[in-house]
Amino acid sequence: MTTTMTRIDAAISLEEAMQFAWLEGDLLDSADYDAWLALWTPTSRYVVPIEPGATDFENTLNYAYDDGMMRAKRVDRLTSGQSVSASPVPRTVRLLSRFRVLRSDAEGCELRCAQLLTEFRRERERSYAADIEFLFVRTADGLRIERKVIRLINATAALGGIGYIL
Amino acid sequence: MDTNLPTGSALDVLVQSDRARTTLYTDRALFEQEMTKVFENTWVWVAHASEIAKPGDFKTAHVGLQPVIVVRDRKGEVHVHVNRCRHRAATVCEVAKGKTSSFVCPYHGWAYALDGSLRGVPFEAGYDGQLDKPQLGLRSLRVEEYNGLIFATCKPDMEPLTDFLGGAKKWIDLFMKQGAGFPLITQGEHKFRFPGNWKIQLENTTDAYHFPLVHKSFLSAADRETVDSWDIMRKGGYVEDLGNGHSVMVMMPELVDLEADLDAPIPEKFEALAAELRHDHPEQQVRRIVRAVGGCGFNLNLFPNLGCSAAFFRVLQPISVDETEIRHVALGMQGGPAAANRARLRIHEFFQGPMGFGTPDDAEVWDRVQHGAAGGRDLWILLNRGLSHEEMLPEGGRRSDVSAETGMRAAYRQWKKLMEA
Repeated sequence: MTTTMTRIDAAISLEEAMQFAWLEGDLLDSADYDAWLALWTPTSRYVVPIEPGATDFENTLNYAYDDGMMRAKRVDRLTSGQSVSASPVPRTVRLLSRFRVLRSDAEGCELRCAQLLTEFRRERERSYAADIEFLFVRTADGLRIERKVIRLINATAALGGIGYIL
Repeated sequence: MDTNLPTGSALDVLVQSDRARTTLYTDRALFEQEMTKVFENTWVWVAHASEIAKPGDFKTAHVGLQPVIVVRDRKGEVHVHVNRCRHRAATVCEVAKGKTSSFVCPYHGWAYALDGSLRGVPFEAGYDGQLDKPQLGLRSLRVEEYNGLIFATCKPDMEPLTDFLGGAKKWIDLFMKQGAGFPLITQGEHKFRFPGNWKIQLENTTDAYHFPLVHKSFLSAADRETVDSWDIMRKGGYVEDLGNGHSVMVMMPELVDLEADLDAPIPEKFEALAAELRHDHPEQQVRRIVRAVGGCGFNLNLFPNLGCSAAFFRVLQPISVDETEIRHVALGMQGGPAAANRARLRIHEFFQGPMGFGTPDDAEVWDRVQHGAAGGRDLWILLNRGLSHEEMLPEGGRRSDVSAETGMRAAYRQWKKLMEA
Protein backbone atom coordinates (compact mmCIF):
# COMPACT_ATOMS: atom_id res chain seq x y z
CA MET A 1 0.00 0.00 0.00
CA THR A 2 1.21 3.46 -0.83
CA THR A 3 0.60 6.37 1.43
CA THR A 4 -1.11 8.37 -1.35
CA MET A 5 -4.20 6.10 -1.31
CA THR A 6 -7.31 7.76 0.09
CA ARG A 7 -8.80 6.13 3.17
CA ILE A 8 -12.19 4.55 2.47
CA ASP A 9 -13.85 6.62 5.20
CA ALA A 10 -12.40 9.94 4.02
CA ALA A 11 -15.06 12.52 3.18
CA ILE A 12 -15.53 13.12 -0.55
CA SER A 13 -14.43 16.62 -1.57
CA LEU A 14 -16.37 18.98 -3.82
CA GLU A 15 -13.66 18.55 -6.46
CA GLU A 16 -13.97 14.74 -6.41
CA ALA A 17 -17.76 14.86 -6.44
CA MET A 18 -17.85 17.29 -9.39
CA GLN A 19 -15.42 15.16 -11.38
CA PHE A 20 -17.51 12.08 -10.71
CA ALA A 21 -20.82 13.76 -11.69
CA TRP A 22 -19.20 14.93 -14.93
CA LEU A 23 -17.90 11.44 -15.60
CA GLU A 24 -21.41 10.03 -15.21
CA GLY A 25 -22.86 12.67 -17.55
CA ASP A 26 -20.15 12.11 -20.14
CA LEU A 27 -20.71 8.33 -20.16
CA LEU A 28 -24.42 8.88 -20.84
CA ASP A 29 -23.88 11.48 -23.58
CA SER A 30 -21.31 9.25 -25.24
CA ALA A 31 -23.54 6.16 -24.90
CA ASP A 32 -20.91 4.22 -22.94
CA TYR A 33 -23.60 2.32 -21.07
CA ASP A 34 -21.59 -0.58 -19.67
CA ALA A 35 -19.23 1.84 -17.98
CA TRP A 36 -22.26 3.79 -16.75
CA LEU A 37 -23.88 0.67 -15.25
CA ALA A 38 -20.64 -0.06 -13.38
CA LEU A 39 -20.80 3.27 -11.52
CA TRP A 40 -23.60 2.17 -9.21
CA THR A 41 -23.69 0.37 -5.85
CA PRO A 42 -25.78 -2.84 -5.63
CA THR A 43 -28.42 -1.07 -3.47
CA SER A 44 -28.62 2.10 -5.53
CA ARG A 45 -31.65 3.81 -7.08
CA TYR A 46 -32.06 6.04 -10.10
CA VAL A 47 -35.16 8.18 -9.59
CA VAL A 48 -37.08 10.66 -11.72
CA PRO A 49 -39.91 11.86 -9.46
CA ILE A 50 -43.05 13.70 -10.60
CA GLU A 51 -44.10 15.76 -7.59
CA PRO A 52 -41.72 18.52 -6.48
CA GLY A 53 -40.42 17.79 -3.00
CA ALA A 54 -41.32 14.08 -3.12
CA THR A 55 -39.04 12.00 -0.89
CA ASP A 56 -40.97 8.74 -0.32
CA PHE A 57 -40.21 7.51 -3.83
CA GLU A 58 -41.09 3.91 -3.08
CA ASN A 59 -44.71 4.74 -2.26
CA THR A 60 -45.16 7.41 -4.94
CA LEU A 61 -45.61 7.31 -8.69
CA ASN A 62 -42.37 8.33 -10.43
CA TYR A 63 -41.31 8.59 -14.06
CA ALA A 64 -38.52 6.18 -13.22
CA TYR A 65 -37.58 4.33 -10.04
CA ASP A 66 -34.82 2.01 -11.15
CA ASP A 67 -32.78 -0.51 -9.25
CA GLY A 68 -29.85 -2.21 -10.93
CA MET A 69 -32.03 -4.64 -12.86
CA MET A 70 -34.24 -1.88 -14.25
CA ARG A 71 -31.20 0.21 -15.24
CA ALA A 72 -29.80 -2.78 -17.13
CA LYS A 73 -33.17 -3.23 -18.90
CA ARG A 74 -33.23 0.47 -19.73
CA VAL A 75 -29.81 0.12 -21.34
CA ASP A 76 -30.93 -2.99 -23.27
CA ARG A 77 -33.90 -1.02 -24.58
CA LEU A 78 -31.58 1.69 -25.90
CA THR A 79 -29.16 -0.73 -27.53
CA SER A 80 -31.36 -3.62 -28.77
CA GLY A 81 -32.89 -1.80 -31.73
CA GLN A 82 -36.33 -3.16 -30.76
CA SER A 83 -37.74 0.14 -29.58
CA VAL A 84 -39.00 2.38 -32.38
CA SER A 85 -38.65 5.46 -30.14
CA ALA A 86 -35.03 4.60 -29.34
CA SER A 87 -34.01 3.77 -32.90
CA PRO A 88 -31.98 5.83 -33.20
CA VAL A 89 -31.39 6.88 -29.61
CA PRO A 90 -31.66 10.68 -29.36
CA ARG A 91 -28.35 12.50 -29.18
CA THR A 92 -27.91 14.39 -25.95
CA VAL A 93 -25.59 16.99 -24.52
CA ARG A 94 -25.85 17.79 -20.84
CA LEU A 95 -24.21 20.56 -18.89
CA LEU A 96 -23.81 20.15 -15.14
CA SER A 97 -23.04 23.16 -13.01
CA ARG A 98 -23.94 25.04 -9.80
CA PHE A 99 -22.43 22.23 -7.72
CA ARG A 100 -22.94 22.35 -3.98
CA VAL A 101 -21.99 19.74 -1.40
CA LEU A 102 -24.89 19.54 1.06
CA ARG A 103 -23.17 17.03 3.31
CA SER A 104 -20.00 15.00 3.12
CA ASP A 105 -18.73 12.63 5.75
CA ALA A 106 -17.66 9.01 6.21
CA GLU A 107 -21.15 7.84 5.12
CA GLY A 108 -21.16 9.60 1.78
CA CYS A 109 -21.50 12.85 -0.09
CA GLU A 110 -24.74 14.59 -1.02
CA LEU A 111 -24.10 16.72 -4.06
CA ARG A 112 -26.73 18.99 -5.61
CA CYS A 113 -26.29 20.52 -9.02
CA ALA A 114 -28.11 21.89 -12.04
CA GLN A 115 -28.41 20.05 -15.34
CA LEU A 116 -29.34 21.57 -18.68
CA LEU A 117 -29.85 18.85 -21.26
CA THR A 118 -30.54 19.25 -24.95
CA GLU A 119 -31.76 16.29 -27.00
CA PHE A 120 -31.92 15.97 -30.75
CA ARG A 121 -33.71 13.33 -32.78
CA ARG A 122 -35.64 13.26 -36.04
CA GLU A 123 -35.29 16.99 -36.76
CA ARG A 124 -36.56 17.90 -33.29
CA GLU A 125 -34.54 19.60 -30.58
CA ARG A 126 -35.82 19.73 -27.01
CA SER A 127 -34.41 20.82 -23.65
CA TYR A 128 -34.95 19.65 -20.13
CA ALA A 129 -33.71 21.55 -17.07
CA ALA A 130 -33.37 19.73 -13.78
CA ASP A 131 -31.95 19.80 -10.31
CA ILE A 132 -29.96 16.66 -9.66
CA GLU A 133 -29.35 15.27 -6.17
CA PHE A 134 -26.56 12.72 -6.01
CA LEU A 135 -25.54 10.55 -3.11
CA PHE A 136 -21.98 9.31 -3.72
CA VAL A 137 -20.15 6.80 -1.58
CA ARG A 138 -16.49 5.85 -1.50
CA THR A 139 -15.75 2.15 -2.00
CA ALA A 140 -12.56 0.13 -2.31
CA ASP A 141 -12.98 0.49 -6.10
CA GLY A 142 -13.47 4.26 -6.03
CA LEU A 143 -16.54 6.48 -5.94
CA ARG A 144 -19.94 4.92 -6.64
CA ILE A 145 -23.47 6.28 -6.98
CA GLU A 146 -25.86 5.27 -4.20
CA ARG A 147 -28.71 7.52 -5.38
CA LYS A 148 -29.42 9.90 -8.22
CA VAL A 149 -32.63 11.92 -8.14
CA ILE A 150 -33.45 14.01 -11.21
CA ARG A 151 -36.01 16.70 -10.45
CA LEU A 152 -37.17 18.12 -13.78
CA ILE A 153 -38.41 21.68 -13.31
CA ASN A 154 -41.43 20.82 -15.48
CA ALA A 155 -42.03 17.35 -14.02
CA THR A 156 -45.72 18.03 -13.33
CA ALA A 157 -46.32 19.31 -16.87
CA ALA A 158 -46.90 17.22 -19.99
CA LEU A 159 -43.53 15.93 -21.22
CA GLY A 160 -42.49 14.51 -24.56
CA GLY A 161 -41.23 10.93 -24.79
CA ILE A 162 -37.79 10.71 -23.14
CA GLY A 163 -36.08 7.92 -25.05
CA TYR A 164 -32.72 8.12 -23.28
CA ILE A 165 -31.34 8.26 -19.74
CA LEU A 166 -31.63 11.62 -18.00
CA MET B 1 -72.77 0.04 -46.20
CA ASP B 2 -73.72 0.46 -42.62
CA THR B 3 -77.46 0.09 -42.42
CA ASN B 4 -77.69 2.10 -39.19
CA LEU B 5 -76.74 5.31 -40.94
CA PRO B 6 -78.82 7.46 -43.22
CA THR B 7 -77.55 6.92 -46.73
CA GLY B 8 -76.20 9.81 -48.73
CA SER B 9 -74.80 11.63 -45.72
CA ALA B 10 -72.64 14.62 -46.59
CA LEU B 11 -70.00 13.05 -44.36
CA ASP B 12 -69.76 9.87 -46.45
CA VAL B 13 -66.84 11.47 -48.24
CA LEU B 14 -65.01 11.54 -44.89
CA VAL B 15 -66.15 8.46 -43.01
CA GLN B 16 -67.59 5.17 -44.17
CA SER B 17 -68.30 2.12 -42.08
CA ASP B 18 -64.87 0.60 -42.72
CA ARG B 19 -62.65 3.60 -43.49
CA ALA B 20 -61.96 7.24 -42.71
CA ARG B 21 -60.33 9.94 -44.78
CA THR B 22 -56.75 10.94 -43.90
CA THR B 23 -57.87 14.57 -43.47
CA LEU B 24 -59.62 13.57 -40.24
CA TYR B 25 -56.16 13.86 -38.69
CA THR B 26 -55.07 17.05 -40.44
CA ASP B 27 -57.98 19.37 -41.27
CA ARG B 28 -58.02 22.37 -38.91
CA ALA B 29 -61.59 23.37 -39.76
CA LEU B 30 -62.76 19.85 -38.97
CA PHE B 31 -60.94 20.00 -35.63
CA GLU B 32 -62.73 23.24 -34.71
CA GLN B 33 -66.06 21.59 -35.51
CA GLU B 34 -65.20 18.50 -33.46
CA MET B 35 -64.49 20.60 -30.39
CA THR B 36 -68.10 21.79 -30.37
CA LYS B 37 -70.10 19.18 -32.27
CA VAL B 38 -68.46 16.18 -30.60
CA PHE B 39 -67.10 17.39 -27.26
CA GLU B 40 -69.97 19.74 -26.38
CA ASN B 41 -72.70 17.27 -27.32
CA THR B 42 -71.73 14.23 -25.32
CA TRP B 43 -70.69 13.19 -21.82
CA VAL B 44 -67.00 13.94 -21.26
CA TRP B 45 -65.09 12.29 -18.40
CA VAL B 46 -63.63 14.89 -16.03
CA ALA B 47 -62.61 13.14 -12.80
CA HIS B 48 -62.57 10.05 -10.64
CA ALA B 49 -64.47 10.54 -7.38
CA SER B 50 -61.33 9.82 -5.33
CA GLU B 51 -59.55 12.83 -6.87
CA ILE B 52 -62.05 15.16 -5.15
CA ALA B 53 -62.95 13.00 -2.19
CA LYS B 54 -63.70 15.71 0.41
CA PRO B 55 -65.67 18.98 0.48
CA GLY B 56 -63.54 21.78 -0.99
CA ASP B 57 -61.39 19.39 -3.06
CA PHE B 58 -61.05 20.45 -6.68
CA LYS B 59 -59.15 19.70 -9.87
CA THR B 60 -58.99 21.51 -13.18
CA ALA B 61 -59.85 19.74 -16.44
CA HIS B 62 -61.19 20.43 -19.92
CA VAL B 63 -64.40 19.66 -21.75
CA GLY B 64 -63.22 19.87 -25.33
CA LEU B 65 -61.17 23.07 -25.29
CA GLN B 66 -63.15 24.70 -22.47
CA PRO B 67 -61.26 24.90 -19.18
CA VAL B 68 -63.35 23.66 -16.27
CA ILE B 69 -63.06 23.21 -12.52
CA VAL B 70 -64.38 20.01 -10.95
CA VAL B 71 -65.18 20.69 -7.31
CA ARG B 72 -66.99 19.08 -4.39
CA ASP B 73 -69.03 21.62 -2.42
CA ARG B 74 -69.65 21.76 1.33
CA LYS B 75 -72.63 19.44 1.03
CA GLY B 76 -70.61 16.88 -0.91
CA GLU B 77 -72.19 17.61 -4.29
CA VAL B 78 -69.90 17.69 -7.34
CA HIS B 79 -69.98 20.69 -9.68
CA VAL B 80 -68.22 21.30 -12.96
CA HIS B 81 -67.82 25.02 -13.63
CA VAL B 82 -66.43 26.70 -16.72
CA ASN B 83 -63.17 28.22 -15.47
CA ARG B 84 -64.00 31.75 -16.59
CA CYS B 85 -64.87 34.80 -14.55
CA ARG B 86 -68.23 36.22 -15.58
CA HIS B 87 -66.79 39.75 -15.47
CA ARG B 88 -63.99 39.84 -18.03
CA ALA B 89 -63.23 36.15 -18.64
CA ALA B 90 -60.02 35.50 -16.67
CA THR B 91 -59.66 32.00 -15.25
CA VAL B 92 -60.52 31.88 -11.56
CA CYS B 93 -58.20 28.93 -10.88
CA GLU B 94 -54.86 27.93 -12.39
CA VAL B 95 -53.97 25.19 -9.92
CA ALA B 96 -54.19 21.57 -11.16
CA LYS B 97 -55.61 20.20 -7.91
CA GLY B 98 -56.10 21.26 -4.32
CA LYS B 99 -58.52 22.31 -1.64
CA THR B 100 -60.25 25.67 -1.32
CA SER B 101 -63.25 27.46 0.16
CA SER B 102 -63.84 29.75 -2.84
CA PHE B 103 -62.56 30.78 -6.26
CA VAL B 104 -61.44 34.39 -6.56
CA CYS B 105 -60.65 36.02 -9.88
CA PRO B 106 -57.15 37.53 -9.72
CA TYR B 107 -58.07 40.42 -12.07
CA HIS B 108 -60.73 42.41 -10.14
CA GLY B 109 -61.45 40.12 -7.22
CA TRP B 110 -64.87 38.70 -8.06
CA ALA B 111 -65.34 35.79 -5.65
CA TYR B 112 -67.33 32.62 -6.23
CA ALA B 113 -68.53 29.97 -3.80
CA LEU B 114 -67.80 26.28 -4.45
CA ASP B 115 -71.26 25.86 -5.96
CA GLY B 116 -70.35 28.60 -8.47
CA SER B 117 -72.55 31.38 -7.08
CA LEU B 118 -71.12 34.90 -7.16
CA ARG B 119 -70.51 35.98 -3.58
CA GLY B 120 -68.34 39.06 -3.63
CA VAL B 121 -67.67 41.96 -5.99
CA PRO B 122 -65.12 44.54 -4.80
CA PHE B 123 -66.33 48.16 -4.81
CA GLU B 124 -69.78 46.97 -5.77
CA ALA B 125 -71.19 50.50 -5.24
CA GLY B 126 -69.80 51.37 -8.69
CA TYR B 127 -72.64 49.32 -10.21
CA ASP B 128 -75.29 51.47 -8.45
CA GLY B 129 -77.10 48.37 -7.19
CA GLN B 130 -77.80 47.17 -10.74
CA LEU B 131 -75.45 44.16 -10.88
CA ASP B 132 -77.63 41.04 -11.17
CA LYS B 133 -75.42 38.83 -9.02
CA PRO B 134 -77.71 35.76 -8.93
CA GLN B 135 -77.41 35.59 -12.74
CA LEU B 136 -73.62 35.94 -12.72
CA GLY B 137 -72.46 32.73 -11.09
CA LEU B 138 -69.83 30.61 -12.89
CA ARG B 139 -71.38 28.71 -15.77
CA SER B 140 -72.01 25.16 -14.53
CA LEU B 141 -72.28 22.07 -16.67
CA ARG B 142 -74.49 19.07 -16.05
CA VAL B 143 -72.67 16.47 -13.95
CA GLU B 144 -73.43 12.79 -13.44
CA GLU B 145 -71.44 9.95 -11.92
CA TYR B 146 -71.30 6.23 -12.53
CA ASN B 147 -69.31 3.93 -10.23
CA GLY B 148 -66.81 6.65 -9.34
CA LEU B 149 -66.45 8.02 -12.89
CA ILE B 150 -67.56 11.67 -13.05
CA PHE B 151 -68.70 13.04 -16.39
CA ALA B 152 -69.90 16.50 -17.46
CA THR B 153 -71.82 17.69 -20.49
CA CYS B 154 -72.39 21.09 -22.07
CA LYS B 155 -75.66 19.80 -23.55
CA PRO B 156 -78.58 20.52 -21.18
CA ASP B 157 -80.84 17.85 -22.72
CA MET B 158 -78.16 15.17 -23.06
CA GLU B 159 -79.49 11.68 -22.30
CA PRO B 160 -78.82 10.43 -18.75
CA LEU B 161 -75.26 9.17 -18.24
CA THR B 162 -76.40 5.60 -17.51
CA ASP B 163 -78.20 5.47 -20.87
CA PHE B 164 -75.18 6.93 -22.66
CA LEU B 165 -72.86 4.36 -21.09
CA GLY B 166 -75.34 1.56 -21.84
CA GLY B 167 -73.48 -1.64 -22.60
CA ALA B 168 -70.26 -0.20 -21.18
CA LYS B 169 -71.60 -0.14 -17.60
CA LYS B 170 -71.09 -3.86 -17.10
CA TRP B 171 -67.43 -3.44 -18.11
CA ILE B 172 -66.95 -0.41 -15.83
CA ASP B 173 -68.21 -2.54 -12.94
CA LEU B 174 -65.76 -5.31 -13.87
CA PHE B 175 -62.92 -2.77 -14.16
CA MET B 176 -63.59 -1.41 -10.66
CA LYS B 177 -63.08 -4.91 -9.20
CA GLN B 178 -59.34 -4.23 -9.25
CA GLY B 179 -59.88 -2.46 -5.92
CA ALA B 180 -60.06 -6.04 -4.55
CA GLY B 181 -62.76 -5.01 -2.08
CA PHE B 182 -61.13 -1.67 -1.27
CA PRO B 183 -62.40 1.56 -2.85
CA LEU B 184 -60.41 2.32 -5.99
CA ILE B 185 -58.29 5.50 -5.78
CA THR B 186 -56.02 7.37 -8.13
CA GLN B 187 -52.30 7.20 -7.29
CA GLY B 188 -50.78 9.97 -9.42
CA GLU B 189 -50.43 10.27 -13.17
CA HIS B 190 -48.03 10.46 -16.07
CA LYS B 191 -48.78 13.28 -18.46
CA PHE B 192 -47.26 13.59 -21.91
CA ARG B 193 -47.96 15.10 -25.32
CA PHE B 194 -47.46 13.82 -28.80
CA PRO B 195 -47.60 15.78 -32.05
CA GLY B 196 -50.68 14.12 -33.52
CA ASN B 197 -54.45 14.20 -33.72
CA TRP B 198 -56.51 13.00 -30.75
CA LYS B 199 -58.31 10.31 -32.74
CA ILE B 200 -55.01 8.49 -33.32
CA GLN B 201 -54.92 7.80 -29.56
CA LEU B 202 -58.65 7.08 -29.44
CA GLU B 203 -58.12 4.30 -31.99
CA ASN B 204 -55.16 2.86 -30.12
CA THR B 205 -56.98 1.86 -26.93
CA THR B 206 -58.69 -1.01 -28.75
CA ASP B 207 -55.82 -1.81 -31.13
CA ALA B 208 -54.33 -5.18 -30.19
CA TYR B 209 -52.77 -5.50 -33.63
CA HIS B 210 -49.88 -3.12 -32.82
CA PHE B 211 -48.94 -4.70 -29.51
CA PRO B 212 -46.48 -7.47 -30.44
CA LEU B 213 -44.55 -5.18 -32.79
CA VAL B 214 -44.58 -1.74 -31.15
CA HIS B 215 -44.10 -3.15 -27.66
CA LYS B 216 -41.40 -5.65 -28.52
CA SER B 217 -38.88 -3.88 -26.30
CA PHE B 218 -41.33 -3.98 -23.38
CA LEU B 219 -41.88 -7.70 -23.94
CA SER B 220 -38.13 -8.29 -24.09
CA ALA B 221 -37.71 -6.58 -20.71
CA ALA B 222 -40.66 -8.33 -19.06
CA ASP B 223 -40.63 -11.65 -17.20
CA ARG B 224 -41.80 -14.86 -18.89
CA GLU B 225 -45.22 -14.87 -17.20
CA THR B 226 -45.90 -11.31 -18.28
CA VAL B 227 -44.85 -12.17 -21.82
CA ASP B 228 -47.19 -15.18 -21.82
CA SER B 229 -50.10 -13.14 -20.53
CA TRP B 230 -49.45 -10.52 -23.26
CA ASP B 231 -49.51 -13.16 -26.01
CA ILE B 232 -52.87 -11.62 -26.83
CA MET B 233 -53.07 -12.48 -30.51
CA ARG B 234 -53.44 -16.16 -29.64
CA LYS B 235 -55.63 -16.16 -26.54
CA GLY B 236 -59.12 -16.09 -27.96
CA GLY B 237 -59.76 -12.47 -27.05
CA TYR B 238 -62.22 -10.26 -28.88
CA VAL B 239 -63.37 -6.69 -29.48
CA GLU B 240 -66.96 -5.69 -28.97
CA ASP B 241 -68.80 -2.56 -30.12
CA LEU B 242 -70.84 -1.48 -27.07
CA GLY B 243 -72.82 1.30 -28.78
CA ASN B 244 -72.52 5.13 -28.58
CA GLY B 245 -68.89 4.90 -29.70
CA HIS B 246 -67.79 2.77 -26.76
CA SER B 247 -65.97 -0.52 -27.20
CA VAL B 248 -64.13 -3.15 -25.21
CA MET B 249 -61.09 -5.16 -26.22
CA VAL B 250 -60.70 -8.35 -24.21
CA MET B 251 -57.03 -9.27 -24.41
CA MET B 252 -56.77 -11.80 -21.57
CA PRO B 253 -60.09 -13.63 -21.24
CA GLU B 254 -58.85 -15.26 -18.01
CA LEU B 255 -58.69 -11.80 -16.38
CA VAL B 256 -62.11 -10.42 -17.26
CA ASP B 257 -63.57 -11.05 -13.80
CA LEU B 258 -60.96 -10.47 -11.11
CA GLU B 259 -63.16 -12.07 -8.45
CA ALA B 260 -63.43 -15.37 -10.31
CA ASP B 261 -60.89 -18.21 -10.29
CA LEU B 262 -59.39 -17.20 -6.97
CA ASP B 263 -58.13 -20.75 -6.53
CA ALA B 264 -55.92 -20.53 -9.62
CA PRO B 265 -52.18 -20.76 -8.85
CA ILE B 266 -50.54 -17.46 -7.90
CA PRO B 267 -48.15 -16.35 -10.65
CA GLU B 268 -44.49 -16.67 -9.71
CA LYS B 269 -43.95 -12.93 -10.25
CA PHE B 270 -46.42 -12.20 -7.43
CA GLU B 271 -45.20 -14.90 -5.00
CA ALA B 272 -43.10 -12.47 -2.94
CA LEU B 273 -46.02 -10.05 -2.71
CA ALA B 274 -48.39 -12.86 -1.68
CA ALA B 275 -45.95 -13.99 1.02
CA GLU B 276 -45.80 -10.44 2.37
CA LEU B 277 -49.60 -10.07 2.33
CA ARG B 278 -50.08 -13.37 4.20
CA HIS B 279 -48.69 -11.72 7.36
CA ASP B 280 -51.83 -9.60 7.69
CA HIS B 281 -54.49 -11.11 5.44
CA PRO B 282 -56.35 -14.41 5.16
CA GLU B 283 -55.52 -16.57 2.12
CA GLN B 284 -58.68 -15.76 0.15
CA GLN B 285 -58.04 -12.03 0.50
CA VAL B 286 -54.39 -12.46 -0.42
CA ARG B 287 -55.49 -14.19 -3.62
CA ARG B 288 -58.07 -11.53 -4.37
CA ILE B 289 -55.54 -8.70 -3.91
CA VAL B 290 -52.79 -10.43 -5.86
CA ARG B 291 -55.12 -11.18 -8.74
CA ALA B 292 -56.22 -7.53 -8.83
CA VAL B 293 -52.73 -6.01 -8.66
CA GLY B 294 -51.97 -6.44 -12.37
CA GLY B 295 -55.32 -5.01 -13.44
CA CYS B 296 -58.00 -6.39 -15.76
CA GLY B 297 -57.49 -8.30 -18.97
CA PHE B 298 -59.36 -5.75 -21.08
CA ASN B 299 -59.33 -2.17 -22.34
CA LEU B 300 -62.63 -0.32 -22.24
CA ASN B 301 -62.83 2.70 -24.53
CA LEU B 302 -65.44 5.27 -23.51
CA PHE B 303 -66.06 7.73 -26.33
CA PRO B 304 -64.69 10.34 -26.59
CA ASN B 305 -61.96 10.77 -23.96
CA LEU B 306 -61.57 7.98 -21.39
CA GLY B 307 -59.94 4.58 -21.61
CA CYS B 308 -60.27 2.20 -18.67
CA SER B 309 -57.17 0.42 -19.78
CA ALA B 310 -56.18 -2.79 -17.96
CA ALA B 311 -54.82 -1.20 -14.75
CA PHE B 312 -55.10 2.57 -15.31
CA PHE B 313 -57.18 5.40 -16.77
CA ARG B 314 -56.06 6.84 -20.08
CA VAL B 315 -57.43 10.35 -20.56
CA LEU B 316 -57.03 12.11 -23.86
CA GLN B 317 -57.18 15.86 -24.29
CA PRO B 318 -57.11 17.44 -27.73
CA ILE B 319 -54.83 20.50 -27.84
CA SER B 320 -54.89 21.32 -31.54
CA VAL B 321 -55.46 19.40 -34.77
CA ASP B 322 -51.95 17.98 -34.53
CA GLU B 323 -51.26 17.93 -30.79
CA THR B 324 -52.77 15.78 -28.05
CA GLU B 325 -52.15 15.47 -24.36
CA ILE B 326 -52.47 12.08 -22.70
CA ARG B 327 -52.66 11.28 -19.01
CA HIS B 328 -52.11 7.80 -17.66
CA VAL B 329 -53.64 7.78 -14.20
CA ALA B 330 -52.33 5.11 -11.83
CA LEU B 331 -54.87 3.36 -9.61
CA GLY B 332 -54.68 1.81 -6.18
CA MET B 333 -56.63 0.40 -3.27
CA GLN B 334 -57.71 2.96 -0.68
CA GLY B 335 -56.64 1.65 2.71
CA GLY B 336 -55.28 -1.44 0.97
CA PRO B 337 -51.90 -3.03 1.74
CA ALA B 338 -49.00 -0.66 0.97
CA ALA B 339 -47.06 -3.51 -0.64
CA ALA B 340 -49.88 -4.10 -3.14
CA ASN B 341 -50.16 -0.41 -3.98
CA ARG B 342 -46.39 -0.24 -4.42
CA ALA B 343 -46.55 -3.20 -6.80
CA ARG B 344 -49.17 -1.33 -8.83
CA LEU B 345 -46.97 1.79 -8.97
CA ARG B 346 -43.97 -0.20 -10.22
CA ILE B 347 -46.08 -1.96 -12.89
CA HIS B 348 -47.37 1.45 -14.02
CA GLU B 349 -43.88 2.99 -14.16
CA PHE B 350 -42.57 0.04 -16.15
CA PHE B 351 -44.86 0.55 -19.15
CA GLN B 352 -46.39 4.02 -18.87
CA GLY B 353 -45.25 7.58 -19.12
CA PRO B 354 -42.55 9.49 -20.98
CA MET B 355 -39.84 7.22 -19.53
CA GLY B 356 -41.83 3.97 -19.56
CA PHE B 357 -40.97 0.94 -21.68
CA GLY B 358 -44.24 1.17 -23.64
CA THR B 359 -45.61 4.70 -23.92
CA PRO B 360 -42.68 6.30 -25.80
CA ASP B 361 -43.00 3.66 -28.53
CA ASP B 362 -46.75 4.31 -28.82
CA ALA B 363 -46.08 8.05 -28.99
CA GLU B 364 -43.46 7.52 -31.67
CA VAL B 365 -45.77 5.58 -34.01
CA TRP B 366 -48.62 8.08 -33.48
CA ASP B 367 -46.19 10.87 -34.35
CA ARG B 368 -45.35 8.88 -37.49
CA VAL B 369 -49.06 8.60 -38.35
CA GLN B 370 -49.46 12.39 -38.16
CA HIS B 371 -46.32 12.97 -40.22
CA GLY B 372 -47.40 10.42 -42.83
CA ALA B 373 -50.92 11.86 -42.97
CA ALA B 374 -49.47 14.96 -44.64
CA GLY B 375 -49.15 12.72 -47.70
CA GLY B 376 -52.03 11.29 -49.74
CA ARG B 377 -54.76 13.35 -48.17
CA ASP B 378 -57.30 11.79 -50.51
CA LEU B 379 -56.36 8.29 -49.36
CA TRP B 380 -58.30 6.33 -46.75
CA ILE B 381 -57.32 5.19 -43.28
CA LEU B 382 -58.30 1.50 -43.43
CA LEU B 383 -60.46 0.28 -40.56
CA ASN B 384 -61.71 -2.95 -42.06
CA ARG B 385 -59.65 -5.50 -40.14
CA GLY B 386 -61.89 -8.25 -38.75
CA LEU B 387 -65.01 -6.92 -40.48
CA SER B 388 -65.44 -9.99 -42.66
CA HIS B 389 -65.97 -12.23 -39.64
CA GLU B 390 -67.70 -9.72 -37.37
CA GLU B 391 -70.80 -11.15 -35.68
CA MET B 392 -73.95 -9.22 -34.84
CA LEU B 393 -74.91 -9.90 -31.24
CA PRO B 394 -78.52 -10.41 -30.13
CA GLU B 395 -78.49 -7.19 -28.04
CA GLY B 396 -77.41 -5.21 -31.11
CA GLY B 397 -73.66 -5.10 -30.49
CA ARG B 398 -70.97 -6.37 -32.83
CA ARG B 399 -68.05 -8.59 -32.04
CA SER B 400 -64.92 -9.71 -33.84
CA ASP B 401 -61.50 -11.09 -32.97
CA VAL B 402 -59.08 -9.35 -30.61
CA SER B 403 -57.12 -7.64 -33.36
CA ALA B 404 -60.20 -6.48 -35.28
CA GLU B 405 -60.75 -2.76 -35.82
CA THR B 406 -64.29 -3.10 -34.48
CA GLY B 407 -63.67 -0.54 -31.70
CA MET B 408 -62.40 2.04 -34.17
CA ARG B 409 -65.39 1.48 -36.43
CA ALA B 410 -67.63 2.02 -33.37
CA ALA B 411 -65.85 5.29 -32.51
CA TYR B 412 -66.03 6.65 -36.04
CA ARG B 413 -69.71 5.72 -36.32
CA GLN B 414 -70.37 7.85 -33.22
CA TRP B 415 -68.10 10.61 -34.52
CA LYS B 416 -70.09 10.72 -37.74
CA LYS B 417 -73.41 10.76 -35.90
CA LEU B 418 -72.36 13.74 -33.78
CA MET B 419 -70.67 15.62 -36.62
CA GLU B 420 -73.72 15.41 -38.88
CA ALA B 421 -76.23 16.33 -36.16
